[in-house]
Amino acid sequence: MDTGRILIDALRAALGVPAAAYALAGIGLNVHYGYTGLLNFGQVGFMLVGAYGTAITVDKGGPLWLGLLVGVAAAVLLGLILGLPTLRLRADYLAIVTIAVAEILRLVARTRSAEPLTQGVRGIAGFAGAFYRVNPIHPGIYGVGDLRFSSRNLWVIVVGWAIVALSTVVVFLLVRSPWGRVLRSIREDEDAARSLGKNVFGYKLQSLVLGGVIGALAGMLLAVDTQFVGPDTYIAVLTFFAYIVMIMGGPARVLGPILGAFMFWFLIQGVNGLLVQAIDARYITFLHTTDVGAVQFALVGLGLVLLMAFRPQGVLGHREEQFLDER
Amino acid sequence: MSADPGALAPAQARPGAAKPDPVLVVDGVVRTFGGLAAVDVGHLEVQRGEITALIGPNGAGKTTLFNVITGFDRAGRGRWEFEGRALARLPAYLVARRGMVRTFQLTRTLAKMTVIDNMKLAATGQRGEHFLAAFARPAWRPQERDLEARGTALLERFGLSRMRDQYAGTLSGGQRKLLEMARALMVEPRMILLDEPMAGVNPVLKTSILAHITELKESGLTVLFVEHDMDVVTEISDWVVCMAAGSVIAEGPPESIIANPAVIDAYLGTRRGEE
Repeated sequence: MDTGRILIDALRAALGVPAAAYALAGIGLNVHYGYTGLLNFGQVGFMLVGAYGTAITVDKGGPLWLGLLVGVAAAVLLGLILGLPTLRLRADYLAIVTIAVAEILRLVARTRSAEPLTQGVRGIAGFAGAFYRVNPIHPGIYGVGDLRFSSRNLWVIVVGWAIVALSTVVVFLLVRSPWGRVLRSIREDEDAARSLGKNVFGYKLQSLVLGGVIGALAGMLLAVDTQFVGPDTYIAVLTFFAYIVMIMGGPARVLGPILGAFMFWFLIQGVNGLLVQAIDARYITFLHTTDVGAVQFALVGLGLVLLMAFRPQGVLGHREEQFLDER
Repeated sequence: MSADPGALAPAQARPGAAKPDPVLVVDGVVRTFGGLAAVDVGHLEVQRGEITALIGPNGAGKTTLFNVITGFDRAGRGRWEFEGRALARLPAYLVARRGMVRTFQLTRTLAKMTVIDNMKLAATGQRGEHFLAAFARPAWRPQERDLEARGTALLERFGLSRMRDQYAGTLSGGQRKLLEMARALMVEPRMILLDEPMAGVNPVLKTSILAHITELKESGLTVLFVEHDMDVVTEISDWVVCMAAGSVIAEGPPESIIANPAVIDAYLGTRRGEE
């Protein structure tokens, strides 16, 4: 077995664009769930409107920068549409509505009547050319040892992680401010916040929109990387991957989602490489290489169960906080 | 210590009595749950700068009345005004900003925030609570220091200085009651509504909470509080309002309430009978 290659492959996945996109989706969820206590089960819906907003705008002849703005605006709009009717209600209603709306958006994007805009199941491709034309990195292969990226790939990776860094700084500045303190008070007890003169509804709406916009950035990043937007990318499981990323890193920790995304992709790819090589070398005979896709997720799931059992606060979380419940 | 009738001397001891200087006036407030009228208060005035106790058997509608006048619940009908301005249908957070703050029967400390953060949160008019201003630390940092000083001083007054930087979730039940009172003061209210401030508190802390309530009055606040313990009520309140089945059945100075047959019927009588 070539453990060196397994590690390099895992590291490549952990540094890749999907990892950066998952980190962004997780940062958005961290604003929602980690800091405000909002149960948004439709983060993928924000990713979808971000990606489609960009792709459709360019497809209809607009410039890419306008497309990115449209993507952000679509996320703001979605946040308002989801939040205005539900945020006055109990937390569970937001969860139900968000998961339903995300699924409805995906199904609507698939329909024939939406085809003039979304091109239905075929999806929209090749809209991010402008992004690659401004790539300042000279063509070639860059990297250390076996960890190598093409200049095209490197360009998206650098921009992707730069957006992750920027979003993290924004969240950091916000959560250490009095604004962030109000969010945390809402997470702890929204009636207490209300009794102290805080406009709970207004803050929840701000939180939902901010986290949603960061989620839309994740969708746009994936779309630009693959130069493709199709309805079947934005399935509900993406939301739950984003939750795993956020919880594994540690909810309400600024760096949690970054660490979580890195670990998530490292583990998925690492377990995959390990299983494939072990099967090839006949260490494992009861599995076929085609089973690996399913088994790797089962193993990562098992790891997650163990993490929750022994470190429920996530890797970066404070253990003592976990046990401070309302008496 | 029997309360001196003082400013309330001219007020008559009957339900709906007019007060010389009412700060809170409640008029025809009805709150129904299904067919049941949980609250149906014809007229109630609360005297400014005094301690008024709200008593009554379980289910009398005391907490519901609290919830309605502080905007935490919606009344079907009625008007009520605080300092001469109508409050009806105002959301809870605006009621608090108007200067009327309430605490809760089950304490609502913010467990995963430190005691001092609980205090600082409560201050109103914070510049750093606006989304864009939050990014500009210099814009809110000086105010933050003032709040920290004010919060620390209040914690001192309530004997919570030692817990200043602990998570509020580590406090005992009684300490949480104290923190909730201290926190409410950070809002700088002119009237404070305490929902069973002594419930589930040990006798030593009870005395301390009593002293704090008297202190609130001395600092010029109007206090309206729900309490079950008649000894406590007679000791610190200037005026007592008794509710039963949603309505005010009696009000007056503490001595007169104890002797009031309607109150004894509705509340004390059954209690004494059981003992």
